[in-house]
Amino acid sequence: MGWTRKDLLTMRDLDAGEIVLLVDTAASLQEIASREIKKVPALRGKTIVNLFYEASTRTRTSFEIAGKWLSADVVNFSASGSSTSKGESFIDTAKNIAAMSPDVVVVRHSSAGAAELLARALPCSIVNAGDGAHEHPTQALLDLLTIREKKGHFDGLHVAIVGDIAHSRVARSNIHGMRKLGMTVTVAGPPTLIPPFVQELGAKVSYRLEDAIPSLREYARYWGLTLDKLGRHARPDVLIMHPGPVNRGIELAPEVADGPYSVILDQVARGVAVRMGVLLLLAGRKGGDGA
Amino acid sequence: MRLVLRGGRVIDPANNLDAVQDVLIADGKIERLGRNLSVPADAEVVDANGKIVCPGFIDMHVHLREPGQEYKETVATGTQAAAAGGFTAVCCMANTSPVNDNGAVTDYIRAKARVEGVVRVYPIGAVTKNLRGEELAELAELADAGCVAFSDDGRCVMNAELYRRAMEYTLPFGAPVISHAEDATLSRGASINEGVVSTELGLAGQPAAAEDVMVARDILLAELTGAHVHIAHASTAGAVRLVRDAKARGVRVTAEVTPHHLVLTEDAVRTWDANTKMAPPLRTKRDVEALIEGLTDGTIDCIATDHAPHALSEKEGEYDHAAFGVVGLETAVAVLLDRLVRPGLLPLATLIARWSRDPARLLNLPGGTLAVGAPADVTILDPDAEATVEPSRFQSRSRNTPFGGWTLRGGPWMTLVGGKLVHRASS
Repeated sequence: MGWTRKDLLTMRDLDAGEIVLLVDTAASLQEIASREIKKVPALRGKTIVNLFYEASTRTRTSFEIAGKWLSADVVNFSASGSSTSKGESFIDTAKNIAAMSPDVVVVRHSSAGAAELLARALPCSIVNAGDGAHEHPTQALLDLLTIREKKGHFDGLHVAIVGDIAHSRVARSNIHGMRKLGMTVTVAGPPTLIPPFVQELGAKVSYRLEDAIPSLREYARYWGLTLDKLGRHARPDVLIMHPGPVNRGIELAPEVADGPYSVILDQVARGVAVRMGVLLLLAGRKGGDGA
Repeated sequence: MRLVLRGGRVIDPANNLDAVQDVLIADGKIERLGRNLSVPADAEVVDANGKIVCPGFIDMHVHLREPGQEYKETVATGTQAAAAGGFTAVCCMANTSPVNDNGAVTDYIRAKARVEGVVRVYPIGAVTKNLRGEELAELAELADAGCVAFSDDGRCVMNAELYRRAMEYTLPFGAPVISHAEDATLSRGASINEGVVSTELGLAGQPAAAEDVMVARDILLAELTGAHVHIAHASTAGAVRLVRDAKARGVRVTAEVTPHHLVLTEDAVRTWDANTKMAPPLRTKRDVEALIEGLTDGTIDCIATDHAPHALSEKEGEYDHAAFGVVGLETAVAVLLDRLVRPGLLPLATLIARWSRDPARLLNLPGGTLAVGAPADVTILDPDAEATVEPSRFQSRSRNTPFGGWTLRGGPWMTLVGGKLVHRASS
């Protein structure tokens, strides 16, 4: 099947076939990273704007590299503040950028729904690079690509997402994506960081603590992943994944983050491939020279 | 000047009247009701056959935005919207700029209403100075100037001691304190209801308990002081239960509900349309059912729109940055006729009572009845008119409605204030 959507906004909207198409496309582009000359002409003449309203280093860099390896012209637009503070509103800024005829706008914003808002307002393709606590689909896709490479399949795998689920767009995108691919998802964390009705998104819930977390020390003690806990509770072939940045010593013990189970840097590497795949499918959608 | 409303179905809950009658209006008052009244030679005749003639609807909760935010609404445009929506009187909240926390602002609003107003305007005074929740406004002066109730609506007076004093102080004025029941510590940062939709969309939510906690507090304070507290825009099943229990105990508590809380749930937020964002937020199906039940059994005394105009620029951006509130005056009657009365969820006579007799009694306002001698404030409904909501055609200066594009059957047909025609539907 082919790609038909103008935008990539959420994992929730996608069906399993679309998700697999995105992962396959990314997988096929991975080898570019190991070439001596990391450039293919697929998106030559296309313009990609990275519109980042929220501080981000790794996601923006990943999108920028992805665009450049595909030979697109990549412009970074960093803005701060909200539409309610002084200055130009989000919509006005977006319309101004649209007037310059980009092919793809990659947007990161602290407000949930911001990517959807842009997608409705602008004729070009929109990629959601994280909107508030809503979704972050390319992060979920790179997690899926990493998992498939390490495990060879999706079906029947059990994923535990541990930590602050309430404020996590990555968790939401992963829950949707993983469920659609036949994986079992359990979210775990202190009850104050588990959003209500998360079961209705298809995730199981595990609470251990009965109350809030009074301190990072307490979080680390009860929810931080240590080698000892992995030894007791995880399968020997468990994968430890993290979207970054890692709170070392709190979420993950250093020997876990850097240890043999960790695929965190594999995730980062695959992030570029995933973003290349997304840009290729979106920018190439209109029958242009992207392919 | 005399006017005869000929052959309409007259429903006047204050007099237990539901019959086809003629209504004779003279000198701005109801002169006579009866079948086949002889028409005085100089009288104008309105053929109300097939229409429903009701006491003028009173909306006890609107924001006219004047003074200070005339780009959203003015007394003139807001009362035009009211007339078009079938309302003959509105009560306007105090969160203007400057705040209606002193007699001069009340005087200004009333003067504007006398000159430019199309329907009756009753100001509501602030409870605390500048709505800051820190010290009482000059409540006696506000009452003298014509405020019919007191409210910091838009904000909750979090200081319970201060709110207790407000209830005590206003006892002699016979005007209720209207509570915007929202515990600001539980709702901080929230755009919508806390529930499955907030989890799915990643928007911060406030639990129903944010409202229920304050409804409970204000009921207890009313019990303590003997004052009349009115719960604005009840939105939760918990609020309905608390008010019902308190009324059974004899506490002087009343409540209102908005049309949007009666027909929409948090599911509407999935559209990301900021016209689904208001305070209190849209809740769940269970809450909607409890609100309809409360409205039917009289736990909830009246319907009010909480008409809250905002400019497009305040609603078109990011959802969590958008202003709270929706306009309601020009859609309220049609929405409830179509979505509650037509499917049989609410009797027509109850709808009319909750919009005329009951708010009039609650606030001691003239009107609310078609009794002989009453002011000829009349709302006439056309139960068959079908129309699609077109925000661009609103009389209101603002367009922020969640009902744009809805096709609704039944709506306001004609509005009379003091016997004077202030609106007639074009069709």
